[in-house]
Amino acid sequence: MTIATDQSKTKAEVKTEQWMRMYRRMVMIREFEQQVNELYTRALMPGLAHLYIGEEAVAVGICEALRRDDYITSTHRGHGHCVAKGASPDRMFAELLGKEAGYCRGKGGSMHIADPATGNLGANAIVGGSAGIATGAALSSKRLGTGKVAVCFFGEGALGQGVLYEVMNLAALWRLPVIYVCENNLYTEYTHYSETTAGDILARGTAFGVQAESVDGQDVRAVYATAHRLVERARKGEGPAFLVCETYRYTGHHVGDINREYYRSKQEEQEWKTKRDPIKNFSQWLVEQKFSDQGKLKQIQEEVRAEMKAAVEFAIAAPYPAVDQVDQDVYA
Amino acid sequence: MPEVATRELTFAQAVREALAEEMRRDSRVCIFGEDVAEAGTPFKVLSGLVEEFGAERVMDTPISEAGFTGMGVGAAMTGLRPVVDIMFGDFLTLTMDQMVNQAAKVHYMSGGTWKVPMVLRTTLGATRRSAAQHSQSLHAWLSHVPGLKVVMPSTPYDAKGLLKTAIRDENPVVFFEDKMMYKLQGPVPEEEYTIPLGVADVKREGEDITIVATSSMVQVALGAAELLEKIGVSAEVIDPRTTWPLDERTLIESAKKTSRAMVVDEGYGRYGVTGEIAAVIAEGAFFSLEAPVKRMGAMHVPIPFSPPLEDVTVPTEQTVFEAARALCGKA
Ligand SMILES: Cc1ncc(C[n+]2csc(CCOP(=O)(O)OP(=O)(O)O)c2C)c(N)n1
Repeated sequence: MTIATDQSKTKAEVKTEQWMRMYRRMVMIREFEQQVNELYTRALMPGLAHLYIGEEAVAVGICEALRRDDYITSTHRGHGHCVAKGASPDRMFAELLGKEAGYCRGKGGSMHIADPATGNLGANAIVGGSAGIATGAALSSKRLGTGKVAVCFFGEGALGQGVLYEVMNLAALWRLPVIYVCENNLYTEYTHYSETTAGDILARGTAFGVQAESVDGQDVRAVYATAHRLVERARKGEGPAFLVCETYRYTGHHVGDINREYYRSKQEEQEWKTKRDPIKNFSQWLVEQKFSDQGKLKQIQEEVRAEMKAAVEFAIAAPYPAVDQVDQDVYA
Repeated sequence: MPEVATRELTFAQAVREALAEEMRRDSRVCIFGEDVAEAGTPFKVLSGLVEEFGAERVMDTPISEAGFTGMGVGAAMTGLRPVVDIMFGDFLTLTMDQMVNQAAKVHYMSGGTWKVPMVLRTTLGATRRSAAQHSQSLHAWLSHVPGLKVVMPSTPYDAKGLLKTAIRDENPVVFFEDKMMYKLQGPVPEEEYTIPLGVADVKREGEDITIVATSSMVQVALGAAELLEKIGVSAEVIDPRTTWPLDERTLIESAKKTSRAMVVDEGYGRYGVTGEIAAVIAEGAFFSLEAPVKRMGAMHVPIPFSPPLEDVTVPTEQTVFEAARALCGKA
């Protein structure tokens, strides 16, 4: 997230800070999800968990181009978006465990984290369910003149939902500051997207006159550069955009999806993990460009790991909401 | 239930067997929905069907519920007998125009000329820790609409027999499966049978109180009946099996016999199935009743994620037992 810059710093120093912040955020997401996996396998986490591991560069690259008060809407695979937008892991874990200290006081769980303080309008367990919400937020931004941009994250599975095209049309007609970010991780649940998606994906945006682009979602710098350009364009009133990020989820559709060979090969998984890992590749670049060194990166990893462990412990120790909370907040 | 039924199947296996038998019997029967083919749905209910019947008859769709449900309507009108799969009952909201304004009305609006012989299978039920958008029981919405039939089996035996009938029906039928029940085992005979729509089943006979329960709540009611027996209350448990058509006579006769009735259903208690059935009993058995008919449904809240909160939103053996005990004046 763009932070007010200290005038005494040189441009290079500012750039270094930014790259390191992005690195840390990506590591945070991965470590967060690893802890989720562990909580789940230790049967401490109720419900389902859809991990974001492998897709970190998308959330971080996009959110780095946003202000803290810009809006996002997220999905069932939403932990990464929340972290990237600045949510704190302890309250996220508390939500995942259904605790009172969670972002939604335990009522939402893994698939519904929302956080007004970071502009997070909420994760959504209905595929495509937030397209209207994000576009409506862009409408209010325009009408109220707040200059905020709304980012609608969704998986390529949501390309099947008609509502997406209804709101894209409206966003183009009304030149709304909304960015539709399609995270194409190649699979819906257990089906390759080519079996469910006809024609050219980008054409679905251009058909409405929406600026449509695609980017390597494993390259955080590329995602950031593209997002930055599209976000600033939208902020200036130049209209909506549709950004397809090519990415991959390393693990199952949800934590219990272990035997995946009937829909994708181990070799394919291995190739993405070894050749296109967003964190590994970014680390290498940081070191090559002398923004950092192995020691510093290792230190960040360790700090983040310790932070995540503490956050998990906080969540485990936190109390459940009192049962009389159950019928609170049905109405405002 | 016939005595020869020695074989046990799970609820999921019973559903799958009904589909397989009907697909063998009638080549017009086909299935479509999300991840229904190789994946066999996330609940693995359809495993093996694509292998037997091929991808032409077991078709994976994009995540386009409105679109493929509408295609179900059109295909049913023109010669196929589609079984449309909607993974979670919560996603019915996306199909509502197709079901309510199209499927339900085509036959009537066309003066009885077009027919829509389709089945929409979906799920209901909370307590899976799936939060507010994956836990609802929305069968009352469909039961409200003339032109649709609504089936809610509570045992593997009923699931198989009712699904076969639903597929052979000339009308759109919505078939609700409790997702917590897929692993429930029960006797299912090897030989072919069907169960008519609109015929209730007495799951347990009793003298002192009638408990009408649907789908997921039948096991809960039977559990409560055991607890009631321990305090000397004999409960009759009746499962209407279909909310429309509704076997009013069986419900009313039972209430007349026992003089007390309660209705337990996992849909929201307000404006729901419990209210309708309670009214049917009140109208039909009023002069035999010794107490007002009691309704128990899900609490009027979006289903919360947090386990201790979610647990209090749906009726349980204990809460049904206590309500029945109070109704019988044994507090
Ligand atoms: C409207 C709707 N239909 C079906 C589902 C069930 N479902 C949950 S996730 C999912 C696949 C989503 O794929 P995609 O949008 O590509 O996101 P990914 O899981 O790959 O991140 C499906 C079908 C749902 N949640 N909402």
